[in-house]
Amino acid sequence: MRLEYFQMVDKVLALDLEARTLRTANTVPDQSPIFEGHFPGHPLLPGVLLFEIMAQTSGMLLLRLHNYDRMAFLATVDKGKLRTFVTPGQVIEVFSQLVHDGSGFARLKAEGRVEGKLVCNAEVTLKTMPFPAPELRGYLLQTAERIGMPMDASAPAGGPAPASVGNLTHV
Amino acid sequence: MSSTFETVANIIAETCDIPRENITPESHAIDDLGIDSLDFLDIAFAIDKAFGIKLPLEQWTQEVNEGKATTEQYFVLENLCARIDELIAAKSA
Repeated sequence: MRLEYFQMVDKVLALDLEARTLRTANTVPDQSPIFEGHFPGHPLLPGVLLFEIMAQTSGMLLLRLHNYDRMAFLATVDKGKLRTFVTPGQVIEVFSQLVHDGSGFARLKAEGRVEGKLVCNAEVTLKTMPFPAPELRGYLLQTAERIGMPMDASAPAGGPAPASVGNLTHV
Repeated sequence: MSSTFETVANIIAETCDIPRENITPESHAIDDLGIDSLDFLDIAFAIDKAFGIKLPLEQWTQEVNEGKATTEQYFVLENLCARIDELIAAKSA
């Protein structure tokens, strides 16, 4: 994670286009100015960033399902729970599942775990719309490549797609 | 239509914390009930789920913005319910 740049997602572990799920791995950095204030002597990943990491994993899933033709913005967080502290150096595995793909919005369920233990969960609504700026789509495609989002169009037929270096030629 | 309206009115009452008795078939979701676009996403989600349909919100919004339709056509509840019934019929056709 690069917290100061809001880059919350590090790596795709598994994408299943048929089940409409995505699992990501995300390492909380050892050092960040955020920990100087949150909190002195007791560094914790802020809870809002746990919601952000669930929202971003959900957004990455939705963008992939829509083949990067639309942008997704966080609109609501329902039933959000922050269950325990998350500290520097820990790896958060986030799982997101698309529950409903509506017209101009989508509802997803997400949860985060550290060493198998549930640390956060929520239902998020993402508003979807055409990319408001072309460079934003480019940035998201670069992000997809950085995190190893499988881009092979044949992924759904074989069940979960392995996390591998993204191939953006199929976008 | 009447059972559709009952379902929709209950969804709105629960989602937006509006007294059920204030919601009538003639109510305009935006002008009379004060439902904003964000709340309407929750309502649309619940309606989609309840009826197994997908309200074409983007298409409706575009038509209203382009002056091809009025908000009354889609957001007065009796009209909204008529659209829902059409979508249900189209699904089972």
